[in-house]
Amino acid sequence: MKLLNYTTTYFAVILIFLLAIWAVLFYFEIMDEIYDSLDDGLDNQKMLVIRRAKDDPAILQRSTFEDGNYIITPINLESSRGFTDSFRDTLMFMENEAEYEPVRLLESVFHQDGNYYKIKVVTSMVEEDDLRKELFFSILYLYLGLIFVILLLNNILQKKAWRPFYKLLSRLERFSIEDAKEIKYEKTNIDEFRLLNERVDRLLKKSVESYKSQKEFIENASHELQTPLAISINKLELMAENSNLNEEQMEELGTVLNSLERLTRLNKSLLLLSRIENRQFEEGEKFSWNGLIVQIIAEFEDFGLHQQVSLEITEKGIFEHRGNRDLAAILISNLLRNAIIHSSSGTTVKVIVSEESIRFENPGNEALDETRIFSRFQGTESARSTGLGLAISKAISERFNLDLTYQFSAETHIFTIGHHSS
Amino acid sequence: MMQNMRETLEKENFLIESAFTYSEAMSKIGVYEYDCILLDITLPDGNGLDILNVLKEKGIMDSVIIVSAKDSLDDKIKGLDLGADDYLPKPFHMAELNARVKAVLRRRKFDGANLLQLDNVTIDIDAHQVKVDGKILELNRKEFDVLFYLAANKDRLVSKSALAEHVWGDYIDQASNFDFIYSQIKNLRKKLSDCHAGIEIKAVYGIGYKLTVL
Repeated sequence: MKLLNYTTTYFAVILIFLLAIWAVLFYFEIMDEIYDSLDDGLDNQKMLVIRRAKDDPAILQRSTFEDGNYIITPINLESSRGFTDSFRDTLMFMENEAEYEPVRLLESVFHQDGNYYKIKVVTSMVEEDDLRKELFFSILYLYLGLIFVILLLNNILQKKAWRPFYKLLSRLERFSIEDAKEIKYEKTNIDEFRLLNERVDRLLKKSVESYKSQKEFIENASHELQTPLAISINKLELMAENSNLNEEQMEELGTVLNSLERLTRLNKSLLLLSRIENRQFEEGEKFSWNGLIVQIIAEFEDFGLHQQVSLEITEKGIFEHRGNRDLAAILISNLLRNAIIHSSSGTTVKVIVSEESIRFENPGNEALDETRIFSRFQGTESARSTGLGLAISKAISERFNLDLTYQFSAETHIFTIGHHSS
Repeated sequence: MMQNMRETLEKENFLIESAFTYSEAMSKIGVYEYDCILLDITLPDGNGLDILNVLKEKGIMDSVIIVSAKDSLDDKIKGLDLGADDYLPKPFHMAELNARVKAVLRRRKFDGANLLQLDNVTIDIDAHQVKVDGKILELNRKEFDVLFYLAANKDRLVSKSALAEHVWGDYIDQASNFDFIYSQIKNLRKKLSDCHAGIEIKAVYGIGYKLTVL
């Protein structure tokens, strides 16, 4: 929900209650005032009628409301005793509307020339239901008007006030730590926004800085680790070449060399992984992967032969996707190697390429733990490998917006690279 | 590192001069002409690419191989754009360095066929052909690559991983086990001995192979 709509919604809800309460109070207040003035009018009329009756006794004979709004009936003394003026609401037939309408009625008693008379004075009254209806609609219009004004003001004033905020927001949206362009901030007089801009600026600068230093760290780590490793390996190789060591010593040397080479590979893989995760590779273009797959399979043929695993490729279609070729090659070779290493001798690794996916199938006995195989050092890879192969594959496919999934069915491990299903 | 490289290349009877800094290198290229320059990008007082720039501006035709720990595509593209002959990312095997230097130098010599003669074995590099006593020895692509790589590093120990990376491609290097090379070597040995070649491939315990002239 947008900030603007959010406040408007609150206003709408609060106003509905406030206006309803106000309407009820207003209604009673008005009714009270109306009754008061009606009663005053009736009282006044009664006095006028009584005064006129003194001059014109014929008035005393009026027993129906024909053209006047009063009737006078004679009563005896008993019933006049203890009689007090009373106002009440009643209904009377109105000719003009042809129905009964509420009227206000005053009943009073007076005496003239020793006789007692009862006088009833009526006056037409406000039609309460009409009043309520009127009131309801007025309030409704008021309500809608208020909401409209609030919306309008919100849109004009709030937008103006929040402009620096939205500017910042849109800039943050476009911000990418990789190209780390400076964000320009809207000048603002509002303290909070100025503070926000300052803080965001500081935060971003810090992130960019640490991102850069991390990148540098990776480069430096690469330099610092790989060079001594390479030197050690070279030295040992030269040593093996130069000196006439005996067989046993040579084998020891071979073991050390193997360990160092494994360390080099591990280091390379870790760096590769962090570089993929840090998005330090060029985007690359869309290309057909089939050629690459065929080439890599050819390169692994001998490796497969040695493991007594045959490789088989089925091309059902052209798999095309955008991405860095080097990374694509690493992805494919990692999955292929993984399939070869984990196949028992005499079996076949099948690679099936179609328009939608690339599948690597190799026979196996039991399913692997899907949740763990793609984590670093979590796979069931043998001690001789780095334990990073599948983690790297996963990182690359994520980088490429491809899905890398694992399935186990019909005694077969299946790794599938596919386009995002969406 | 430099000492290793120096030692390796001196064994091949190359004359080596080394410069440790940007300024040292600049003064050397100003005075001498080299067949091949191995250029590191990260120098204590400057960038190796700048040296390459200067070389190309002056029209100096020395071959340049960039040797860099910055295994980044940027540097590679930039370097090759600037006219470097090859790019060798660290870490590398000395055997690979040796082969690359020889390849660069060979390319500089425009004269005649690219032949490598070892005893009675002739390797025609351009034609991918091997002759023993003038007779063609049938080798498949991998066998040829193995033989050529070992020949370029004659009498030197070539480790299995160096050989695998060179012949089977960059992506094999994680293969964790290079024993699969053995079958190729075995075939190659058999073919060589069958036609009485004057060279032999020796296994060096658990480390690699060495090609020697009998």
